[in-house]
Amino acid sequence: MSKTSTKGIWKVISASSMGTMIEWYDFYIFGSLAVVISTKFFPSDNPTAAFLSTLATFAAGFVVRPFGALFFGRLGDIIGRKYTFMATLLLMGGSTFLIGCIPSYETIGFMAPLLVLILRLLQGLALGGEYGGAATYVAEHAPVGQKGYWTSWIQTTATVGLFISLMVILATKNVLSPEDFDSWGWRVPFWVSIVMVGVSYLIRKNMDESPVFAKAKKEGTTSTNPLKESFGNRYNLKFVLLALFGATMGQGVVWYTGQFYAMSFMKTVMNIDSSQVDGLLGIALLLGTPFFIFFGWLSDKIGRKYIMMGGMLLAILFYRPIYKMMYNTTDVSYKTELTQATKETIEVNKDNDSIYTTHKEYTDRTSFLQKKTHFSGKKDDQITTSIAINSSDEWTLIFLVFIQVLFVTMVYGPIAAFLVEMFPTKIRYTSMSLPYHVGNGIFGGLLPAISTYFVTHSKQAGKTDFYLDGLWYPIIIASVCFVIGMIYIDNKNKTNHL
Amino acid sequence: MNTIKQILGVLWIILAAAAAYFCVFEFGLPKLLSDQQDDLVFGIIILFILTPLIVLGLGTFGYFAVIGEYNDKKK
Repeated sequence: MSKTSTKGIWKVISASSMGTMIEWYDFYIFGSLAVVISTKFFPSDNPTAAFLSTLATFAAGFVVRPFGALFFGRLGDIIGRKYTFMATLLLMGGSTFLIGCIPSYETIGFMAPLLVLILRLLQGLALGGEYGGAATYVAEHAPVGQKGYWTSWIQTTATVGLFISLMVILATKNVLSPEDFDSWGWRVPFWVSIVMVGVSYLIRKNMDESPVFAKAKKEGTTSTNPLKESFGNRYNLKFVLLALFGATMGQGVVWYTGQFYAMSFMKTVMNIDSSQVDGLLGIALLLGTPFFIFFGWLSDKIGRKYIMMGGMLLAILFYRPIYKMMYNTTDVSYKTELTQATKETIEVNKDNDSIYTTHKEYTDRTSFLQKKTHFSGKKDDQITTSIAINSSDEWTLIFLVFIQVLFVTMVYGPIAAFLVEMFPTKIRYTSMSLPYHVGNGIFGGLLPAISTYFVTHSKQAGKTDFYLDGLWYPIIIASVCFVIGMIYIDNKNKTNHL
Repeated sequence: MNTIKQILGVLWIILAAAAAYFCVFEFGLPKLLSDQQDDLVFGIIILFILTPLIVLGLGTFGYFAVIGEYNDKKK
């Protein structure tokens, strides 16, 4: 099929992976800087701005990505993979850079949140078009029998993009004072993107079109209406649905649980200090990333199905025990307090609010800090808790998050090859992009909202382990996906189109 | 295996209907009618994006399974 040399395929991988990684980086820095962005663009006392904030945060992740998949997928199947995913790269990089340039709400008023929303939606569209293009481009260059290995490099990009976004933000915070970071330094990670996009654009510009697509175009066998052929044709539609309900739906929830739910659980439920969580998550991601390549390679040897389904099954069986163990590491009711180290202070600020601070130390070197603010003239108190864990607990958590990242690598490593092989060249970009982004954007993206609903419900019902009930959503979705995948997906992939 | 695939098709259709009930009455409408801005956005997404996706998508998948589209001989 493809005569690309090993040296040539490495060039293809570098060009594709770097661009896709930058797109994920661009996408994540918005989420990672959400707190500072909200203070600059979305003042909470303005309900319209707050509404736009929610839209900007979630709509781009949920709703727009599948539309980007349809729009750019169609273009990619008509004009070619190379030019389409160059367009998504420029769109993403341009939008990210411009978010970093928008004057704050204080300066230009309502235009500020509106511009951020528009640029965030463009980011979502670009992301929806990028992944399918990169995966298709690499797979169409890769030698037969090695598609899993080579496309798994693309699969590392989402995790690496998240890791680099955390590192760039951490480095910027370390170089600047907290005041400078809050004033203008938060814009730096957005500006950095344009440099990376520029380099990636120059690399991609010199690449050739995919040999498989170029051949199809030369022979006149490309599609004139990929959307109609993908979703209006029963034969193709049934594979789109199988890809969604038998693979990407479960992969999406395992991906979000292993990386984002774990992070949010440690920060908001276990109350671990935020920078400690970022650090340990970064180590777990770094340790887990090579396994994307390993499972991609393994899928070429033993088939994609059992690796992906194995990852889902392990997640279904072990999520609750893993999160129970995570929770126990900071459950101070199991720890021995050093009573002589306990400090309690009360201060009253200029607004006449009373602030009660409690600081406790434990024999295992865990420290606990709680601030309870009683606002003058208000009924509800605000309580913030921060726990600093010891080194041993930190490594326990790194291990437990690493295990979850391992599940992610099992379901995610082989999936690009699985999807591209499922569909013929003329509709591949469109057909594989949609189930991927619906599975990840909709089923995965809704995880925080639906899991929070389960937790709140259980808390109100008085369940003692209510904090574990948010896991029912990924467990149920992954279970349905596991059954469908095991029964309907063929490990030998008799419909392999590559 | 083909028989199991076809019988399970009915289960996917039932599951799509059950998910529709849950998404609309237990989850979507209460969020849509809530005073919270965040809930309103989620309510809209659940009612107008997730629910049609599950009902139409999983329902069609179940229908295809029932009529034997996923049977081995037809591949």
